[in-house]
Amino acid sequence: MSEIFYSQAIRDALREEMARDERVLLLGEDIAGYGGAFRVTRGLVEQFGPERIRNTPISENSIVGVAVGSAMLGARPIVEIMFMDFITLAIDQLFNHAAKFRFMFGEQVTLPIVIRTPSGGRRGYGPTHSQSLESLFMSMPGIKIAAPSTPHDAKGMLKSAIRDNNPVLFVENKSLYGTRGEVPDEDYVVPLGSAKVVREGSHVTVISYSQMVQECLRAAQMLERDGVSAEVIDLRTLNPLDMDTLCRSIEKTGRVVLAEEGHRTGGVCAEIGFQLFEKLYYYLDAPIKRVAALDVPVPASPVLEKFVLPDHQDVYEAVKEVLAEV
Amino acid sequence: MSDIESRQLLSYYRTMLLIREFESRLDKFFVDGRLHGTTHPCTGQEATAVGACAGIRPTDYVVSNHRGHGHFIAKTGTPERLMAELFGKATGVSGGRGGSQHIADIASGFLASNGITGGGLPIAAGAALSIKMQGRDQVVLCFFGDGAANQGTFHESVNMAAIWKLPLILFCENNLYAMSTPFNDAFPVSNVSDRADGYAMPGKIIDGNDVCVVRDAVREAARHVRSGAGPYLVEALTYRHCGHSKSDGCEYRPDAEEAEWALKDPIKLLRKKLLDAVPQQEIDSIEQAVRNEIDEAVAFALDSPQPSTDDLEGSIWAN
Ligand SMILES: Cc1ncc(C[n+]2csc(CCOP(=O)(O)OP(=O)(O)O)c2C)c(N)n1
Ligand SMILES: [Mg+2]
Repeated sequence: MSEIFYSQAIRDALREEMARDERVLLLGEDIAGYGGAFRVTRGLVEQFGPERIRNTPISENSIVGVAVGSAMLGARPIVEIMFMDFITLAIDQLFNHAAKFRFMFGEQVTLPIVIRTPSGGRRGYGPTHSQSLESLFMSMPGIKIAAPSTPHDAKGMLKSAIRDNNPVLFVENKSLYGTRGEVPDEDYVVPLGSAKVVREGSHVTVISYSQMVQECLRAAQMLERDGVSAEVIDLRTLNPLDMDTLCRSIEKTGRVVLAEEGHRTGGVCAEIGFQLFEKLYYYLDAPIKRVAALDVPVPASPVLEKFVLPDHQDVYEAVKEVLAEV
Repeated sequence: MSDIESRQLLSYYRTMLLIREFESRLDKFFVDGRLHGTTHPCTGQEATAVGACAGIRPTDYVVSNHRGHGHFIAKTGTPERLMAELFGKATGVSGGRGGSQHIADIASGFLASNGITGGGLPIAAGAALSIKMQGRDQVVLCFFGDGAANQGTFHESVNMAAIWKLPLILFCENNLYAMSTPFNDAFPVSNVSDRADGYAMPGKIIDGNDVCVVRDAVREAARHVRSGAGPYLVEALTYRHCGHSKSDGCEYRPDAEEAEWALKDPIKLLRKKLLDAVPQQEIDSIEQAVRNEIDEAVAFALDSPQPSTDDLEGSIWAN
């Protein structure tokens, strides 16, 4: 085991998978010498050269389209979209092409593509550089969504994503890059589609993914001081969803809080909450609650940004409310 | 140099200095930790901002990009509400919501700056469409970088502007890099203006560090687009004296190149020119006045209240 940064875990996964499979290549803006805006790919061009660590012009839609085309002829491209906000420029290639080709061409096509992208706010970057847009992808069949919260999962899930034969959106919340965690030294993968109980508890199930898991864990510590035992589940993958792990926990606790950094309406929690309601109505002792960003753009001003984005305090309060219901 | 000319140059000098002082003050605040977030300084590119805005009329419009502080100050003439925006205050041009790269001052004709590379081009074309359809005689001056010329939006909106003969000046600040990517790594042609032919519009390449050259080129472009002849591309060669954003140490740029462009500093060049025409004292007093003005802008920003968190959702919808 070694303790490494989240960004290092991503870099290691890229390095190891590129060494393992020469069909893997990276495409993105400023990813070669510069190492990307968050320096995640730094050092890779020295090892793999500019053919495989391929700097592109600023052309998001076509970068993704080029990945699709190259994958049709045997490449396994990984695209870095510098900020998740910019993925909106590539939504056409993702939604109308990458997500549909296999199905609409009668399964003739396989598209092993990974789209890596940093999401989230808390840095004062303002409305077009702070979004968490994974919920858009939840309603688009044909694209898997991975959003790991620890270096361990980041490395293991990125390896799974690269080896997967489908388009995978790989969400890296910016606030996680500087966090550290234990990672095995030997090769390992974390399969896509498996959630994880990261803290056991009996009174309430708190479900989240990506950076908000850290907020939930902090809230759980605060709750423990109040005598509340919160079970925290890290979804890790949003598509496919691991409903079994969620159901097992909720059958035990009967109370649920869901948390995400994205907007509240039509969000990830909205979808999962409804699925839980459909499946577990008879087990629920209280209405399901969600914690999410307000339905406004993420403002630049620190005061406003903090107000708009959810944090551990909001999770704490939501749990208190869910427990107050009889 | 005539008196009128030297007055004009002094006024450009003042605005260019204002921009530089603004950016250098921000830099200090980031280092001190008084500001957080990020910013894209335009240090070294003051002549393009000031020259281009001097080439249009005050009633014309500007659309800017992520490196927009200079454009804003050149167009509106005032730094305080921009400074307040950087501090996230209620008095900021965008009420603290936008921050460095999301600013607008519609009343002054500064339509929008933009955190999305290439995002401003179609907006500018659309504004020009409204001007044309309403039979007004204004023009839109759209600032964008070399990097933005590789977005689909560049080709799509320039094509529309050309077929509809819109009053749009495409002003490319070619500072030789898009973030760390050198121009030649991202373009098969030598100049952005080489693309003008493909849209049957004029494309002119100019020295972007000479404020008068920039002003004259934009004047010419404004005449052309105002006459109904369709869009006009001006490509101004310039250089940023700083990193792309505050986290960039510029390791990708050769030292010799940086040194060469340091000699072409637009402010130094203009100062030298001015020294031949006006007494040094006059220049010194402008420099002092600019520092005072920025001090005042900072004081204004610091004294301003934080924005209110009440009813943020209420401001999503128009009535
Ligand atoms: C759609 C989109 N892609 C990428 C970025 C990240 N980004 C911001 S500025 C920039 C470089 C822009 O270069 P250029 O247009 O030449 O302007 P300059 O920064 O040189 O002034 C990049 C890649 C972005 N903001 N938006
Ligand atoms: Mg540039």
